Amino acid sequence: METKELERIASQVRRDILRMVCECNSGHPGGSLGCADFLTTLYFDQMKNTPSPFDMNAKNEDVFYLSNGHISPVFYSVLARSGYFPVSELSTFRKLGTRLQGHPSTDKGLPGIRMASGSLGQGLSCAIGTAEIKKLTGDDSLVYTLHGDGELQEGQIWEAALYAAANNVDNLIATIDYNGRQIDGDLDDVISLGNLPQKWQAFGWEVLEMDGHNIDEIKATFAKAKELTGNGKPIMIIMKTEMGQGVDYMMGTHKWHGSTPNPEQLVDALGQLEETLGDY
Amino acid sequence: MKASEIEVLGKKDTRSGFGEGLLEVGKQNSDVVALCADLTGSLKMNAFENEFPERFFQVGISEANMIGMAAGMTIGAKIPYTGTFANFSTARVYDQIRQSVAYSKKNVKICASHAGLTLGEDGATHQTLEDIGMMKMLPNMTVIVPADFNQTKQATIAIAELDGPVYLRFGRPSVPIFVKEDAKFEIGKADVIVEGTDVTIIACGHLVWKSIEAAQELEKQGISAEVINMHTIKPLDEKAILDSVAKTGCVVTAEEHMYNGGLGESVARVLAIHNPTPQEFVAVNDTFGESGTPDQLLEKYHIDTPDVIAAALKVMTRK
Repeated sequence: METKELERIASQVRRDILRMVCECNSGHPGGSLGCADFLTTLYFDQMKNTPSPFDMNAKNEDVFYLSNGHISPVFYSVLARSGYFPVSELSTFRKLGTRLQGHPSTDKGLPGIRMASGSLGQGLSCAIGTAEIKKLTGDDSLVYTLHGDGELQEGQIWEAALYAAANNVDNLIATIDYNGRQIDGDLDDVISLGNLPQKWQAFGWEVLEMDGHNIDEIKATFAKAKELTGNGKPIMIIMKTEMGQGVDYMMGTHKWHGSTPNPEQLVDALGQLEETLGDY
Repeated sequence: MKASEIEVLGKKDTRSGFGEGLLEVGKQNSDVVALCADLTGSLKMNAFENEFPERFFQVGISEANMIGMAAGMTIGAKIPYTGTFANFSTARVYDQIRQSVAYSKKNVKICASHAGLTLGEDGATHQTLEDIGMMKMLPNMTVIVPADFNQTKQATIAIAELDGPVYLRFGRPSVPIFVKEDAKFEIGKADVIVEGTDVTIIACGHLVWKSIEAAQELEKQGISAEVINMHTIKPLDEKAILDSVAKTGCVVTAEEHMYNGGLGESVARVLAIHNPTPQEFVAVNDTFGESGTPDQLLEKYHIDTPDVIAAALKVMTRK
C-alpha cells in the first residue's frame, strides 16, 4: 500500500484511540499513539492475514501477538479498520459487556485476538510456541509480536529469548516499542535496559533498528526482516517511538501512559489529526 | 465390593503411568505435543521423546516460557502436554497459567509430578501442598488427581479428548495398583471402589490406597466404610458425594494436600449447600513439609492409614 494511504489510515487510528479512551475515561493513549504507524503498516501492508472469517488456528496465515496488552486501543482500532469486526464496536471499549476488554482477551470472542495479554512478559513465549508449530506443520507463514520496552524488565522475556535463539526459531519477527518511558517515569530512571541492541545480539538474535514513525522506513525494515527469516536466527526490531506521537501536548512525557484527555483536551487533540476514514 | 476384596495388581509410581499414557496418546493422536523443563527422566517422558522427537520440546529450566509456549502451540490446533514437578507447574507459573491458559481457554494439559509430601527427601521447597487449591480456583480449569499407575495412564490418555485446560497431578513413589488396566476413566465421574453404609471416605491420589487400607481395618472392626476415589476435583461429582452420605450420614475426606483449598473443602461446600453432614479432614494442617522418607512424612503429618481410621471413628460419633 502507498505510504500516503497508510499515513491517512494511521491518522484515523489515532483519532479512534483518543475518542475511545476519552469516552470511557480510562485506557492507555500514550503507547497506543506511539505504535499507530507500526501497527497500521503491519496489518495493512505487511501481514499475510485473513480478517474474515477469523481463523483462531491461523492456518497458512501470519500471526501477531500484542504482548504489551495495555495498548489495546491501537490494536482494536487497527483490527476494526482492517475488517476483523465492525468499526462501530469501538464505541464499546471498556464498557460492561463489551468484547473490547480493557486488555485484549479471547474470553468474549473478539475476532483478531488469539491470546489474552496485559500481565506483561508472556507474549514472546506464546509467539515462539506458535512459530514452532508452524515449523512442525510445514506452514511457512510468520509470527510477529510487539513488546513494550518496560516489559523487557520481566524475566520471562529473557527465558524466551534464550529458547528462540537456541532452537533457531527463525520464523519470528519481534518488535520492541522503544519509547523510553514507563508508568513511573523515564525507563532509564526506573530500570535501564543498558545497551539494548547488544543485549539481543548477545542472546543470538538478528537485530534491526528503525524509526517507528517513518512508514517508508518501517516498510523497508520489515522487508529486510523477512529476508532474514529462515536463516537460523530469531529477529528483533528495536523501534524508536515517541509516546503520544501525533498530539503535541502528549509527547515528551510519560504522563499520558495511562491517563486520558478530558473533552476539551480531546477537541485540541483531534484538531491535530485529520479525519480520513470517518469517525466511528 | 468389600474392602477386603480389593485386589492389588502390582506396585508402581504414578509418574510412570503418565509416561506410558503420554506415549500411548502420542501414538493415538498426532496432534499431541509435549514440552518439558529439564525433568524428562523424572517425568518419564523419555519414551515419548524417543518415539516422537519432532513433537517433543525441551525448554530447559524456564517454566514460565514453557507455559507460554504451550499456550501458543494451541494456535494450530495442537494439544500440548507440559511436564515438570507440581510446584514448578503451578506456584512458579501461576500468572502464566492464569492469563495465557485458563483465561485464554487454551487446550493445554499441565502435567505435574512429585506432588505432595511423598516427594520425600528433597524437602519443603519441592513438596507442594497448595497446588490443588490454586488450580481449582482458576475458571475453565479441570483438575484431576488419579490414584494409581493404571489410572494415571488412563487419565493421561483421556484428557486429550477434553477441549480445554487440564491440571493433572501425580507423584513420585511406588504405590499399590488397584484400578483395573482396562477400566474406563471418565473425567468428573467418581469411582465408588468400596461400598459401605456406616461412613463415607472420599479420597484422591495416594490417599485412595490409604483409605482402602483404612476401610479394610474398619471392616475387621465390623464397620462398613464406603470408599470413593474422587479422581476429578473439578468438576466435582456432587451426585456421588450426596448419594453416599445419604446412606452413611458422615464423611471423611483424605488428601495429600493442605486443608486449605483441597478436596475436603470442595466436598464440604457441596454438603453445606445440599445436605449438611459431619465431616472430618485428613490433610496437612497449614504447615510446610520437610525432608524425610515418604512413609515417615505421611506418618508425621497425619495423612496416613491410621489417621483415616481415627477420622472415620471420630466422625461416626458426630452423626
